[in-house]
Amino acid sequence: MKEKQKIVIIDYGAGNIQSIKFAIKRLGFEAKLSNDAAEIRNADKVIFPGVGEAGSAMAMLRSTGLDTVIPTLKQPVLGICLGMQLMCNSSEEGNTTGLGIFDADVKRFNKQVKVPQIGWNQITNLETHLFDGVNEGEYVYLVHSYYVPECKDEICRTEYGVKYSTALHRDNFYGVQFHPEKSSKTGEQILKNFLKL
Amino acid sequence: MLTKRIIPCLDIKNGRTVKGVNFVDLRDAGDPVELAAAYAENGADELIFLDISATEEKRKTLAKLVLDVAEQLNIPFTVGGGISSVEDVDLLLKNGADKVSINSSAVKNPDLINQLSAKFGSQCIVVAIDAKFIEGKWKVHLVGGKVPTDLDLFEWAKEVEERGAGEILFTSMNHDGTKNGFANEALAQLSQELNIPIIASGGAGNIQHFEDTFKIGKADAALAASVFHFKEIEIKELKKHLQTANIPVRI
Repeated sequence: MKEKQKIVIIDYGAGNIQSIKFAIKRLGFEAKLSNDAAEIRNADKVIFPGVGEAGSAMAMLRSTGLDTVIPTLKQPVLGICLGMQLMCNSSEEGNTTGLGIFDADVKRFNKQVKVPQIGWNQITNLETHLFDGVNEGEYVYLVHSYYVPECKDEICRTEYGVKYSTALHRDNFYGVQFHPEKSSKTGEQILKNFLKL
Repeated sequence: MLTKRIIPCLDIKNGRTVKGVNFVDLRDAGDPVELAAAYAENGADELIFLDISATEEKRKTLAKLVLDVAEQLNIPFTVGGGISSVEDVDLLLKNGADKVSINSSAVKNPDLINQLSAKFGSQCIVVAIDAKFIEGKWKVHLVGGKVPTDLDLFEWAKEVEERGAGEILFTSMNHDGTKNGFANEALAQLSQELNIPIIASGGAGNIQHFEDTFKIGKADAALAASVFHFKEIEIKELKKHLQTANIPVRI
């Protein structure tokens, strides 16, 4: 792993980014919060967080021009939770288009299960180096009402009423539905793997 | 499979952890940041910090505590106590809290639930309800259980869900501090009538009580304080028992 790498967490006014910053600090790295296009382009790693509502989050991205910056990034990018959902084609939440990086459309859980899903669930069918050292069936922390149906960019799967994609990968872009920063040692391993990419 | 959650609750007063018996008679149970890290290490799925001494001045102390906890903790945590505005929630979430819990302020101003869920998302808004079974009816109580209202638990819970709460933390005042088990009948009814997760609170005394609240009370999570703080129940042992009883838990 590069000892001194520039890690930028995209700060566009959405949600709890302090926890991601602290999680990276616990791994021995410093992350910077930024919404500056040049700074984001210059980073070695980019983390795209998001908590909140998809429609208003997309509106914030558009108002800062970040909606056109993110899809053209060349370094490893990790979308977390709503961040991952916004990297898809569209979302039923707020009926919004997304950044179109992953070929998937975000849907709402149906009423057969409690919504939001809150808590620890298992990840299976793990692919790519993002899951190095992580065993099939380990637990991660999830909190969400919308999900990505199984799709060809899937690198990890979870079951909650339906089987759905909890991680996605295409080129330099990665996305995880769960919160690695809150998923105990499993989450730390996944974040560490991302920083090694 | 989504697991049932075990949630130690840290009641905070003047920056220290305390646990009341029937909401009075406070005892000191330790340093919150230290306790939080130890619980994460020992298999807690989540933590809740309730500031039972919330006043304007002490809320600043709480915001600082949240920051200290977030720096250490690699599992999610909720903060509650005296939260009454969008600004309060904004500060606590910015400092690293994953969820906030509101109680009396939601009853006094139900529209607050709508405002918070619209701004921050349902997933981080927990509405805590303290209720007492009086003459055949579960009545909602305020201010740490001191002030009775005419609100019915189930009607209020339904309204809370419709207004956008992501989760309900139900404390039975009849059971809290008694160590005789959770209010499973009321919990099962809440789970039946609502479609958001329900956290059971009040009454945990032994390992069997947890099994019962998941099986009979249909709870999604169970909260306890003193049995964990005073090491009467070890979370690792508790989870092993639950696993043997075919309840999905994270081990």
